[in-house]
Amino acid sequence: MELLGNLWGELWAVLVTLFAAAPYVIGYILIILLMMVIWSGVKRLLTPKSDYGSLKTVTFGDESAVTSNTAASIISIVLIFVFWGTFTGSQLLPSFMHAPGPFTGESSFEYTITTPAGDSDTATVSVVVHPTGEEVDAPVVEEGDGIAKNDAIAIPVYRNELLRVDRNDEMGRDEETFITAVDGQAITPGGSVDVDFGRVAMSDKGTLNIVPSTGIQMEPIWLPAPEAVWSRLGEIATVGYRNSTLAEHLGYSLFRVIVGFILGALVGIPLGYAMGLSNWFRGWFDPIVEFMRPVPPLALIPLVIIWAGIGEVGKIILLFLAALWIMAIAARSGVSGVRISKVHAAYSLGASKWQIMRHVIIPNSLPEIFTGARVAMGVCWGTVVAAELVAAEKGAGMMIMVASKFQSTDIVLMGIILIGIIGFSIDMLMRQAEKWLVPWKGKG
Amino acid sequence: MSGLQIDKLSMRFDLPNGSSVQALKDVSLDLKAGELLSVLGPSGCGKTTLLNIVAGFLAPTDGKIILNGHTVTGPDAERGMVFQQGALFEWMSVRENVGFGPSMKGMPKAEKAKIVDHLLDVVGLQDFKEKAVYELSGGMQQRVALARCLANEPDVILMDEPLGALDALTREKMQGLVLKLWKETGKTIILITHSVEEALLLGERLLVMAPRPGRIHTEYRLPFAEMGVGQDLRDVKKHPKFAEVREEILGMIWDMEEEIMGRTEDA
Repeated sequence: MELLGNLWGELWAVLVTLFAAAPYVIGYILIILLMMVIWSGVKRLLTPKSDYGSLKTVTFGDESAVTSNTAASIISIVLIFVFWGTFTGSQLLPSFMHAPGPFTGESSFEYTITTPAGDSDTATVSVVVHPTGEEVDAPVVEEGDGIAKNDAIAIPVYRNELLRVDRNDEMGRDEETFITAVDGQAITPGGSVDVDFGRVAMSDKGTLNIVPSTGIQMEPIWLPAPEAVWSRLGEIATVGYRNSTLAEHLGYSLFRVIVGFILGALVGIPLGYAMGLSNWFRGWFDPIVEFMRPVPPLALIPLVIIWAGIGEVGKIILLFLAALWIMAIAARSGVSGVRISKVHAAYSLGASKWQIMRHVIIPNSLPEIFTGARVAMGVCWGTVVAAELVAAEKGAGMMIMVASKFQSTDIVLMGIILIGIIGFSIDMLMRQAEKWLVPWKGKG
Repeated sequence: MSGLQIDKLSMRFDLPNGSSVQALKDVSLDLKAGELLSVLGPSGCGKTTLLNIVAGFLAPTDGKIILNGHTVTGPDAERGMVFQQGALFEWMSVRENVGFGPSMKGMPKAEKAKIVDHLLDVVGLQDFKEKAVYELSGGMQQRVALARCLANEPDVILMDEPLGALDALTREKMQGLVLKLWKETGKTIILITHSVEEALLLGERLLVMAPRPGRIHTEYRLPFAEMGVGQDLRDVKKHPKFAEVREEILGMIWDMEEEIMGRTEDA
């Protein structure tokens, strides 16, 4: 029961987050629809077409009438980069396209203290908000007249700071003199007042908390600008990260994937053939394969580390296991999928068992094996990155994991983009190879 | 002793639920070399089972098949098979498909190329030699299947509804081609079909089979195949005897179908 309660709480938190995100999602959908309307208008002006597709009157529900719109793809990608640039204040975009950024520079506000006797006095606090990483001292200000004295503070951008403005005043808390107004507006403990550069809040104890406006741009530590990621890419490609260049990191990951996959295929395909051709082998391996298939390779990482350590051997064993079952199942269904009439025809044409294997069963199973190989390569690539997140000395996953520990979000982002590009390229290569090597796929 | 003898062939399948199906019962037939036999019957009469046994894909529970004096025990190049469709190798070109049998025998390339070229001429596919089979229309694919079968020089050609998946026009053309090939090559041919017309046109001998158990119901000797070699098949169909036999056989099959329906309704 307690578990159910906890789970309900978690679910509630998820739903709240989703609900908070809903306006943004809806906004994005509106942008998509707006672009669609604009584009269809533009297209009508550009090319009044009368090809077969555009003459169809029934397009909604006609699967063949739906193709990927290149314009939409381009706009979608460009828009991602525009959003990215807008909310990171990227130099690549003209400044009018930037979302409001955080306040930087100098400003000031006034505060008023009131003594128990009812006297009040006002003093000025000079505030300097400076970029993170720079050492800036608080400006020197004259204390001024009256019981309240002027103050100054330097705050890094995106931070806020508590300031005991009454510390240098002639009468402070100990004398029961309290701050009663900021910029002429009354303030009480727990309350806050908006000022030119942001907000001034008062803690429960009566200390002012100076909160410069953060705007709606993302802090670089959360999301660095595109050019920062790009320049970090150049730096890591030449100088390297953690004693290895980018090529080494990616090369190691690819090496593991390729070796693991090839070993998996070398064992898995014959295993699959054996299972597809012999009752005994199918009976023997079915329970093993069917049990191992749903176990995600990632769940094997701890065991593999215990048995084989964190070196290359362990990772390649892991990827071997990831590819093995997929390839075995693909080869098995490739063999089982052969039409009996093809086998009968080959026997009637005088083929021996070996010739049937060589000329009928193997070519017939190749399309399935290629599909399996594509899946296996994808799974291997995902698994290697995850395995490197856990333990590795080199590799794409290790790079982003270590970078995240040092809050180098630019490296994390760069790594994620590269991992995506490589994964996509692998799939594209496999598809191309499939087209060249098994052109008869789906044509039987 | 040449020719094909089917001797008291019986086939019984045991089902998992303990009952059994008598697919064929005491089927006997004597086919001389060069005869063209068509087999007709309602579904479930065991005609495909019969063909599979002759091809050697199934062993009968009783009886035997004797071809040219020896008993058939398994598939062999002496008995070629043409399937309805989907039996071509789509990973091979038209040329490679036709040359499959000779390749398996290890025939020298030049000799094989001569056979393939000749057969592609015969079936009219010389221009499609290097095409992939899946680029061909259904009728063309069946012509490839015929050529592939002939390339192997079988003694008997077994056809399992080879024209069943074709449209009516293509089917008519192909029927002419089958007759032409039969006359030119002099092969023994057994052809299974669902179409009464086709069975009449392509059967020098015609076997009507009855179901439950699968058995020979009536046998005809018909002149239409011989007539079809010389003249247009459409003229053959206009022959008064053609219509007469067709009606007779159709009535026979209708009676069988009704009997089956009645039996299932009783049960």
